[in-house]
Amino acid sequence: MKGIGAGRTDLPLKGDATSRFLPWLVAPMVFLSAVALAAAFLLYALIGRWDRDVSGTLTVEIAAAPGDAAAAADKTHAEVETAIRLLKDTPGVIDARALPQAELAQLLAPWLGDRDLLKQLPLPALIDVSLRADDRPDLAALAKRLAAQVPDATLDDHRVWLLRLIDLSRTVAVLAIVIVALIGAVTSATVVYATRTGMAVHREVIEVLHLIGATDDYIARQFAGRAFVLGLEGGIVGLVMTAPVQLGLGLVARHIEGGFLSDLAMPPLGWAACAVLPVAAAILAMVTARLTVHGTLARML
Amino acid sequence: MRAKPVETGNVVQLEKIGLRYGRGPEILQDISLALPAGSFHFLTGPSGAGKSSLLGLMYLALRPSRGRITIFDRDIARARRFQLPALRRRIGVVFQDFRLLDHLSTLDNVALPLRVSGVPERDVQKFVPDLLDWVGLADQLAAKPPTLSGGQKQRVAIARAVIGRPDLLLADEPTGNVDDSIAMRLMYLFEELNRLGTTVLVATHNEALVQRLNRPALRIEDGQVVRA
Repeated sequence: MKGIGAGRTDLPLKGDATSRFLPWLVAPMVFLSAVALAAAFLLYALIGRWDRDVSGTLTVEIAAAPGDAAAAADKTHAEVETAIRLLKDTPGVIDARALPQAELAQLLAPWLGDRDLLKQLPLPALIDVSLRADDRPDLAALAKRLAAQVPDATLDDHRVWLLRLIDLSRTVAVLAIVIVALIGAVTSATVVYATRTGMAVHREVIEVLHLIGATDDYIARQFAGRAFVLGLEGGIVGLVMTAPVQLGLGLVARHIEGGFLSDLAMPPLGWAACAVLPVAAAILAMVTARLTVHGTLARML
Repeated sequence: MRAKPVETGNVVQLEKIGLRYGRGPEILQDISLALPAGSFHFLTGPSGAGKSSLLGLMYLALRPSRGRITIFDRDIARARRFQLPALRRRIGVVFQDFRLLDHLSTLDNVALPLRVSGVPERDVQKFVPDLLDWVGLADQLAAKPPTLSGGQKQRVAIARAVIGRPDLLLADEPTGNVDDSIAMRLMYLFEELNRLGTTVLVATHNEALVQRLNRPALRIEDGQVVRA
């Protein structure tokens, strides 16, 4: 740093007991910030993936017809055929296929269990529809035509479900920002306390430096340089502490059934944000220390 | 090193200065004096008369309770805070209690005024050992103040005060801990600086020293300054 020389300071800050605890306070702060950021980025990535998955599909559900089982099955079958024809004639639809009853039973088995029981239940028919990503059909118009030709059909493009998740991800993102800001404020307050204590301990040295013509900034730079080093040390320790958490989350995600989280991975921007945290903590400590010294010295002669 | 400006008027001017600590009595009362540029004065007086306080006003460690101080033609009461360091760099001070930094080596203590002035490190490494050699401390460059004797500390303090070739040198009992031969050697150093243009004010109890150098003396008694 300018005016201080490589590794040399006029103030004995290196052996200072008051600042030695600073890295151990910064480390958990950076750890918590990294976890909050990682959670927000992971959720964002997950919802992005779900969005991509569902934006290319929709499901048409045809309610089971009431009455005699055989007649109802015939009616439902006819409605499914009509719906599939209509869907395949719609521009933007790549494919439409009825979900076989066996596949439907397999999907419901974890909740309803016994397959014999499922055979007796009036299950709806489901049609899985694949859409072009670049030329999606007008879903409102499609739903209208479908309702006209197949009154028992309902169209589900999964948007309601997804919008709720997007709202959730936004809330989590705001919460993460608030948490990081609060942690930043607490870190700053800690640095202010450590710096003021250090100034009180070294008051005589500061007075001598002043009397021989040192500017406030000359003194502030020495405190700021030390705070930067301590902040960086603590930040790196805090970031390293998040590694087991990240690994643990990955393991848990891989074991969740249904494939919802199996490829849970932090996006590159998330990794970059976490990697920047120790440097951000160090810069925050440096700037806070510098401002604190200036503020405190301004009250001296 | 900075070019030495030529002072033509008074380097220090005190007008009706009063000084009190807190709510205590005034220890300096209505002091008016001027130190012309290039002058050499002694400041004498009994212990507790206020010599150190008077010097403290001049090296900008204290503010007067009343009156006006002008240093290098600048009214100190009106000087902005950011302007004070530049003024202080033109003043060399030998403190009575030395005020050396115990964690720094002799060399680093003496180098401080140069470093705060932004003098390049190669010049620091050249000038400081030369001066320490001159004051007889060439073998103590790496020593820390707690390992030095009282006399050695005093010489380090003097070297620190003069290393930047100050325009004003204020010395508070600079020979109190050294023997006569070293005291005279240090006084010759002050005289040499004075010949080069530095205004010097030396506070001392040593009447013999005052008489030997035959320089004008200011005497402080009962809070007032009189010509001795």
